[in-house]
Amino acid sequence: MSQKTQTAAIEGWYTMDTDKPALIGSQCAGCGTYFFPKQDQYCKNPVCDSSEFSDVELSRTGKIWSYTNNCYQPPEPYVSPDPFKPYAIAAVELEKEQMTILGQVVEGVDVDQLKVGMEVELVLETLYQDEEADKVIWKWKPVA
Amino acid sequence: MSQEIAILGAGMHPWGKWGHNFVQYGVAAAREALADAEVPWQDVQFVSGAATMRCGYPGYVAGATFAQALGWQGAEVNTSYAACASGSQALAAARTKILSGACDVALVIGADTTPKGFLAPAKGYRPDDPDWVRFHLGITNPAYFALYARRRMDVYGDTLEDFAAVKVKNAATGSKNPRARYKKCFTAEDVAASAMVADPLRLMDICATSDGGAALIVSSVEYAKRMGKGDAPRVAAISTVTPKFASEIVEMPDIATDSAAAAGVDSHRFRASLPVKAYEEAGIGPEDVDVAEVYDLSTALELDWMEDLQLCQRGEAASLLRAGDTQIGGRIPVNPSGGLACFGEAVPAQALAQVCELTWQLRGQSGDRQVEGAKVGITANQGLFGHGSSVIIKR
Repeated sequence: MSQKTQTAAIEGWYTMDTDKPALIGSQCAGCGTYFFPKQDQYCKNPVCDSSEFSDVELSRTGKIWSYTNNCYQPPEPYVSPDPFKPYAIAAVELEKEQMTILGQVVEGVDVDQLKVGMEVELVLETLYQDEEADKVIWKWKPVA
Repeated sequence: MSQEIAILGAGMHPWGKWGHNFVQYGVAAAREALADAEVPWQDVQFVSGAATMRCGYPGYVAGATFAQALGWQGAEVNTSYAACASGSQALAAARTKILSGACDVALVIGADTTPKGFLAPAKGYRPDDPDWVRFHLGITNPAYFALYARRRMDVYGDTLEDFAAVKVKNAATGSKNPRARYKKCFTAEDVAASAMVADPLRLMDICATSDGGAALIVSSVEYAKRMGKGDAPRVAAISTVTPKFASEIVEMPDIATDSAAAAGVDSHRFRASLPVKAYEEAGIGPEDVDVAEVYDLSTALELDWMEDLQLCQRGEAASLLRAGDTQIGGRIPVNPSGGLACFGEAVPAQALAQVCELTWQLRGQSGDRQVEGAKVGITANQGLFGHGSSVIIKR
């Protein structure tokens, strides 16, 4: 258990609600398209020329589109523990937003426990630690 | 017929890893293509280069760099950058210039080399850069290929043995290709014994990066006929279409797809859209294809490409592979060159290498890798940021 404070590894991309966190995207005022990462300049729907967006919390649950893991330490800017610890990755479909979002899978869950179509929810977990804080990021966790 | 140009010459420096100046590989390829075409360098009116990005300024102006290396002779030049489709865009630029009547004969050329030293990413906190974000989350290149591979397993029932069979097939043919970098005949056991990189893909399932150079001499059909080469293979179609909003599949280096939530917005598969325009332009369908060269960045991706090219129904590619349909001698050989599995990727040269292979196949010059009676070939490749291509060659 970490004694350090928890801060976001990437500021403003997700709520820091440890109970029910959510990704923060934006929604176009013109056509309703969602964007994650947020878009605040110009809508990328080719039939929409709006420049107005509002922040929205995205759906917290979704279905696995696919999954894999990483067996080798990635280069920077990945901050690796020493020794490197493998982790699973999932691509998750959000129903309302009609989009797929990647993320690591929570520690302790590897590919043999995952399946395409499985339901997962968004949680916050440590991405890495530095001297000041526990840097947390969104991760996907199978719904019990 | 009026949209076709002739391929008079093809040349490739062997693929490998030597770290020589990229210009050296391109010049070797160009000289081979010129000799093959029996066209003197002095007669080339347009040099269409594919840009080399990791070798400084000379690579950004590759067309001019190669023209200077071959010896300035006043030809006009163009340099195209389109990630892995750079060679196809360079070919398209040459085709357009020829079809407009602005030139008769052109050199299309691309080459790459291992950069000196290790290219460390720029430091700092850069959440606006999608490439920074995905690496910060620990999502590597093989992870994307692995996501596509795993989906094939869970949705279509493809197996690790199927993926290994792609490597075995490509290694068998690549072992007979003097231009290939890797010429070992890998077995299914070799693949199974290689380390897992990103489940389900092992080291032998994923392609390397290489040095290499490829070149084509292309001309108007009239010029080809005047040379007595009216039966030269023709470029019948080039597709370099971009994706349609909204993307269905998450693509490197993004961490998310577009949202298709807005009214009237559908999801589109980019890879599947690439050959559509090519088939229409060439006036053929997938049933007319005799041979294909596809971008096997991973073994599983070759199976995706077969379906994207509509060579079979979605989900059926592994059954064609198992039946032997895609090996030389089969119904629809795929990657008779040995593919990226045996070459590794040399970005600016790779799309041209695909066309070189089809040129030799259609001329009947492929020796013990020959696809008998090949008359129609198609390529498929894809790079980052909405780049990709599909080229159809006919004879």
